[in-house]
Amino acid sequence: MTDNAIPNINTPGYDVPAEMQGQVAVTSMDRLLKLLDPAYNWGRRNSIWPMMFGLACCAIEMICTAASRYDLARFGMEVMRASPRQSDMMIVSGTVTKKMVPQIVRLYNQMPEPKYVIAMGACASGGGPFKEGYNVVSGIDRYVPVDVYIPGCPPTPQALLHGLMKLQEKIDSQSITRERWYDSDVPADAIPVPVLGPDLMDPRDFKKMKQLAKQGAKA
Amino acid sequence: MTEMTAERKLSALEERFPGKVSPDARPGYEGFTVAPKDLLEVATALRDELGYDYLSSVTAVDYPEENVFEVVYHFYKSTGGRALVLSAQTPRNKASLPSLTPLYPAADFQEREAWDLMGVKFEGHPDLRRILMWEGFDGFPLRKDWKEAYYEEEHKPFAARWPEGAVRRSEDLNAFSGNVAYSKEFMAQPDKYEEEAEPLLYAKLNEEAEKMGRNFETDFVTVNMGPQHPSTHGVFRMAVMLDGETIVALKPVMGYLHRNHEKIGERNTYLHNMPFTDRLDYLSSMSNNWGYALAVEKLMGNRVSVPERAEYIRVIMAELTRISNHLWAIGFLLNDLGAFFTPSLYAIEERELILDIFEATTGSRMMCNYFRFGGVARDFPEDSWNKLKDLVNERLPRRIDELDVYLTNNEIVGSRTTGVGVLTPEEAIAYGMAGPVLRASGVPYDVRRADPYGIYESFDFDVAVRYHGDCYDRYIIRMDELRQSLKILQQAVKRIPAGSVLDKNPYNVRVPAGESYGRVEGPKGELGFYIVSDGSANPHRYHVRAPSFINLTALEKMCVGQKVADVVVILGSIDIVLGEVDR
Amino acid sequence: MYGKGILTGMKVTMARFVTTYLDDLRMLGRRYYNPAGIEYRRSKDAKGIFTVQYPEEKLPMPEEFRFVPFLIYDVMPDGSHQDRCTSCGICAKVCPPQCIWIEQTTNPETGRPVPEPVEFFIDIDICMNCGYCAEYCPFDAIKMDHNYELASYDRHAYHIFNKERLSQPAEYYAGIRPANYSREEAIRREKEAKKAAAEAARAAKAAE
Repeated sequence: MTDNAIPNINTPGYDVPAEMQGQVAVTSMDRLLKLLDPAYNWGRRNSIWPMMFGLACCAIEMICTAASRYDLARFGMEVMRASPRQSDMMIVSGTVTKKMVPQIVRLYNQMPEPKYVIAMGACASGGGPFKEGYNVVSGIDRYVPVDVYIPGCPPTPQALLHGLMKLQEKIDSQSITRERWYDSDVPADAIPVPVLGPDLMDPRDFKKMKQLAKQGAKA
Repeated sequence: MTEMTAERKLSALEERFPGKVSPDARPGYEGFTVAPKDLLEVATALRDELGYDYLSSVTAVDYPEENVFEVVYHFYKSTGGRALVLSAQTPRNKASLPSLTPLYPAADFQEREAWDLMGVKFEGHPDLRRILMWEGFDGFPLRKDWKEAYYEEEHKPFAARWPEGAVRRSEDLNAFSGNVAYSKEFMAQPDKYEEEAEPLLYAKLNEEAEKMGRNFETDFVTVNMGPQHPSTHGVFRMAVMLDGETIVALKPVMGYLHRNHEKIGERNTYLHNMPFTDRLDYLSSMSNNWGYALAVEKLMGNRVSVPERAEYIRVIMAELTRISNHLWAIGFLLNDLGAFFTPSLYAIEERELILDIFEATTGSRMMCNYFRFGGVARDFPEDSWNKLKDLVNERLPRRIDELDVYLTNNEIVGSRTTGVGVLTPEEAIAYGMAGPVLRASGVPYDVRRADPYGIYESFDFDVAVRYHGDCYDRYIIRMDELRQSLKILQQAVKRIPAGSVLDKNPYNVRVPAGESYGRVEGPKGELGFYIVSDGSANPHRYHVRAPSFINLTALEKMCVGQKVADVVVILGSIDIVLGEVDR
Repeated sequence: MYGKGILTGMKVTMARFVTTYLDDLRMLGRRYYNPAGIEYRRSKDAKGIFTVQYPEEKLPMPEEFRFVPFLIYDVMPDGSHQDRCTSCGICAKVCPPQCIWIEQTTNPETGRPVPEPVEFFIDIDICMNCGYCAEYCPFDAIKMDHNYELASYDRHAYHIFNKERLSQPAEYYAGIRPANYSREEAIRREKEAKKAAAEAARAAKAAE
């Protein structure tokens, strides 16, 4: 939390001439920007717009969470956007199948930064009870980075709310100065979209495949 | 068990086809076998002469020892009664049978599924493409000799779990640390693979659109709705060909939630499958439980008996499920109409109160896992029983009336739904529609009455029927069914006897060899479970006849000629759940 | 008259809107943040705002509610912990997605298995919360937990629960499931009494 605390502008951490001590605030741009963090994060954490995107059983619990009993609007998250361009958060709510992965990655690529991903339920986190199935992906985190994992099959609406609060905590701990989407060298290349071939192929695996083929090993 | 009826059917069939149809001789099988070359002839006669006009289920079974695939057909009369089971065999290496789709359009998707997962070719099928997996997928996964990337053992329980089972993740054993496997030849040059944008799908769309002819001197426009689209109730996709705003062709594309229910089900023991059925139609898990329990109990015969109190609890739970499902369906149909969220919020409120009862009784809001072979897992706790009584006698009737006042006479609802997506009774039967969709077309077919199971015979209720077959009738029939379900519930709550709720509950359930088809009237329609047992601890074949899936067969028929905005309403009025469509 | 249906419908929403405020006034100060208020909101008479103000107030979990499983140990009179689990493996066998791994203890001297697990793993990213393990455990050693607040930032580190993470004292179980606990304890005491009686009878016979 020290990183996140408001920096003391009178003690910048390097030598200040004696006559100037206590007279002027000496700081860096970096530290000044950090002063904005609490207000900025307060704004972000209370208006996370989720993408309207349901996969399976967990989607029903997600809808119930948005409905009157659990009321996501209390967290400023009720604005479900059908377009990835307008959303801050993707709740991967349910079993991710191989046939669906390319679409999910595409949607993720289309979301603007800062973006967050929640893996809701056992299936989205690690494959869940259907893990052994031939069309099921063992967790979405192999394809897109996940911020919060919520276990449960399905997580109850209160468990989802708990996960969302965890995400809010995460946002609180972030700083304008350090996050990747403000860097000058933001990685511009999107996540490569998997291909549906004889089986699901991740273009990042091509090298490994060739290597294995050369060794004559069977995966 | 049905010697009498079997005799009668045999004579009727035999009279017509001497020597071509013979009763299945294997113990535990109750159908008739027919040679592939006679299949079309027999099926035509079944439909036109013997009155078996409703083809409920088509599925393939793999018998690797006999080196054959067997395709099993379940026919019913749309006036009610028991099934006529027909089966035809084809060699494994050249699996091919005549398609029944020209005779019974209901076979369309089911034959495509059998082709997709089992690799049985249906000659004469108008559009034999893969349906759940994608075109180009390597292999036919439901074949017994096909192994997936995470294959561990043929049957559960796996030996690795006990007694010296050190934990390991399946992905740690895979070279790509994921659920994938490739052939050696493919791995040598993977980047040579070119993904094609579903040429077969678009060719078929074009072909059907051209058949319709053009209204304007313009090009047709292809629109893909889904798999991420707010109107599709999940990950469902419709490839639509438009002439202006009018739909000239539509092909549903599914499989985006295909989670291999049947392959996993064949590895599971009988008991293991129960919680998996919860996740089929995840809005109405209790009905799924019941359908599966029914199929297995049928196989077990007199080894199991359901106590009377348990039968009542089953009815109560199934009807509560129907209410919560229909509330959800109505709410989201209105959502699709543009009444954004208010009606569905009202509906979800009542559903939450029903879920409270489920949670207190079964332990989970949605994944109830409540039925066992020979009863139900546990009795109602007292407070949830009292809540149930209050709900069915006081609150729900009041709230359903309120919903009725709120929506039924609304002019916008009327003008958006009346005359949209019409399905005639003949079409509804031919396409194998089930549940509210079938009954809204004027066919009074309800499994609870047509082929009663459980103790439904002892309840006084009406089968709701509406006659226009449009979206408005499909909405209003759900209102009717809500009231009928309440009527059943009120009787059940009053009459329920005391006693035990579970016969016995062993963890290693064994069932004798044979086949059985258990079907219930789920909230979405006829939900059937087809199970083939070889006498071991795991089912040899486990197939789900999913009403949502088969109800989609007529989607194109309902949509062609309508405007693109109506597709959303029509789909909403069918009320699909993707867990069940894709399994 | 065209539009009458819409107006009637709007009357319904208006009535709901007004009721909300009337009900708030009627329940002034008692609606939120107390158990009676929550109970009212989930009863048949619930009107007005239906919302549960999670996390400030939480819906009470019914006794049968199940989330992920946990293991029970008894605290012995001398303060040591005695696992109820005998590593018989029934839970691993009935587990539908096969997410339970049990490692049996062996006696270091004789090399024979001891009825006690040395390790017990549950991969909660596979677990389907079905409750079979608890239902079929003959020793009441594994039960379903009520704690659903398990969200984490890293599944690879935290989502395979080991024996230490899974174990809870019997009091915890008695706290979340009092009715089940007392029923099972009654059965256990009865069994023990029977066993003691049989033993006593045998001892008496031997003494004769």
